[in-house]
Amino acid sequence: MEFSLLLIQLLNGLQLGILLFLLSAGLTLTFGIMDFVNLAHGALYMLGAFFCASLTLYTGSFILAILLALPLTALAGYLLEKLVVQHLYDRNHLDHVLATFGLILCIDTIVHIIWGPQGIAIPLPAWLSGQVELFDGVVLPSYRLLIIGVGLLAAAGLYVLVNHTRLGMLIRAGASNRKMVGALGVDITALFSGVFALGAALAGLAGMLIAPITEASIGMGSDIIITTFVVIIIGGIGSMKGAFLAALLVGLIDTFGRSFLDDFFKLLMSTEAAETAAPAVSAMLIYILMAIILAFRPQGLFPPLSR
Amino acid sequence: MKKILSIATLTALISSPLFAADEVKIGFVTTLTTGAASMGKDQENAVNLALEHIGNTMGGKPVKLIMADDGFKPEVGKQATDKLVKQDDVDFVAGYLWSHVLLASRKSVLDSGKFLISANAGPSAVAGKLCHKNFFSASWQNDQTPMAMGETLNKQGVKSIYVMAPNYAAGKDMVAGVERTFNGEIVGKDLTKWGKDAQLDFSAELAKAKASGAEGLFVFYPGKAGGAFIKQYEQAGLRDTLPLYTVFTIDALSLPKLQEGGMKGVLGSQMTQFWSPDLDNETNTRFVADFRAKHGSYPSFYAAQAYDSIMLIKSAVDAVDGNLDDMDGMRAAMKTADFPSVRGKFSYGNNHMPIQNFYTRTVVEDKDGNWTTTIDETVLENHQDIYAANCSM
Repeated sequence: MEFSLLLIQLLNGLQLGILLFLLSAGLTLTFGIMDFVNLAHGALYMLGAFFCASLTLYTGSFILAILLALPLTALAGYLLEKLVVQHLYDRNHLDHVLATFGLILCIDTIVHIIWGPQGIAIPLPAWLSGQVELFDGVVLPSYRLLIIGVGLLAAAGLYVLVNHTRLGMLIRAGASNRKMVGALGVDITALFSGVFALGAALAGLAGMLIAPITEASIGMGSDIIITTFVVIIIGGIGSMKGAFLAALLVGLIDTFGRSFLDDFFKLLMSTEAAETAAPAVSAMLIYILMAIILAFRPQGLFPPLSR
Repeated sequence: MKKILSIATLTALISSPLFAADEVKIGFVTTLTTGAASMGKDQENAVNLALEHIGNTMGGKPVKLIMADDGFKPEVGKQATDKLVKQDDVDFVAGYLWSHVLLASRKSVLDSGKFLISANAGPSAVAGKLCHKNFFSASWQNDQTPMAMGETLNKQGVKSIYVMAPNYAAGKDMVAGVERTFNGEIVGKDLTKWGKDAQLDFSAELAKAKASGAEGLFVFYPGKAGGAFIKQYEQAGLRDTLPLYTVFTIDALSLPKLQEGGMKGVLGSQMTQFWSPDLDNETNTRFVADFRAKHGSYPSFYAAQAYDSIMLIKSAVDAVDGNLDDMDGMRAAMKTADFPSVRGKFSYGNNHMPIQNFYTRTVVEDKDGNWTTTIDETVLENHQDIYAANCSM
């Protein structure tokens, strides 16, 4: 029994990590390549969820809704970049924070006006709302497995894109030395817009995948953006590989902390003290991890080369 | 020139306190923005319905309602309260969904000598040491509802439960409440992260709860976390193995969304509450029917409490015939709780917290196919909170 619980929690951690990766991939690219701090990245995650929710209710198919909502979210990201973000690249980080914080408020209010204050639940098709028994005693909701599958596919797609295409080469080059790429005659403006839209689509995908578990709701982006920053800092800003491994690490540590820390603490202290301490410490675990990494390896675990 | 002068005099007259005293000013603080805005919206709808029912008059005077947003934050709630008290000079401040907002704001109202009516929050401090002659609750004290749930579990012969709640003041109150009355064993407990980056994915906790072998699962997840929890409970397929018992988690706001999402697992799950849409009394029948006619959905308990707040205030103003300077008269009137309440007849304790019944409710489908809750039985009769003894009034 203990072993099967361990295995279940491993998969739960993997699923959380994959969602975090989809979010942090876009963030690490914009931060790493354009040197742009985008607090509003979470707003795109929220937009993705709302697009998908509306489209699911409209078309009646969750999968079709995702396929339609993906380009929509990318378009929203593209417009955001063209209209607002583009004019901010030359400013300093504090201005980025201020402007994108303003964007969060604007987008939250727009969503409030369009969809109302209450969130939207996304109904899952019957084949996704059941459970799957992987091994004896290891039962997992089938939808969680789908998240893992889709996330891994997206990660593989990104891997190919970043490492084996010309666009990926430019992205990697941009992350290493942005000025040099510009000096070599690459259309930096178009590259930035493309990367921003790609990041938006990935964040939107994460929102679409999480919405049937929680719901599409206002402020859902702000809830997760801090964790996403933790991931890219641990992984090394601008590094796709770093974002992937750090996201899995954070997902697993968070899940295992929530699962087993109280039992572990009970070995060391009284039950009562353990019950108070465990939730507090497990909520802090990923921040403790980030602090340790910042202390010993401030550039993150896998920083892009030659920065 | 003459015209301008007369307009100026008119404006001066309208804004003079002479005219202002001819109305009853009520400030209502709730959450109108953020993800919790739907709770505040429901309260606002109920307040407006109550004013409609009483013809917008109390003690022969027209009522002026000022809604204020607390943004789900104690400091914003306090600012809004300060504005109501100092700038708008209201006669009553009502509302407050959240315990921490109420605790931050109470002093502003009470120090200025005005009445404070809670339409939801019931933190233990306000019922005990911090009780005040000008504070009245139109809801309940936090611990009462989970205590009723503990009794329900005992009655149904549940031997062991697994407990989950968010890790903040009210979450701990709820866990303490159920622990106080439940006689069986609590085999596991999870307090999950709450606040700015609240945890909404409960996969790890649900896996633990399932592995614990408990006979039931007790949870407290207010607002949007409640809907998220129910969905994951359903997706994890725990309906048949781990029956769900909740407080303040499933309400008239989350049920339509759960129904839309096809979360059938919630049907049949049980909760405790001081009120239910099907509670059989004249006031409640009218309230629920008119609310549904107007807004198309069942009112939530937040709405029920907001409705009662207005009726409680009306009973006070009526008793003194609109003489708003007669604080003692209004206080004495409110203390008798002599007004048509949606929960039926109840009384106030020394700490101005209701002494009232608590019911076990089950989620069912009504005859029109909407999901709602119905009362099974009274589990605590005329129940008084345990903090009343700490109140020196």
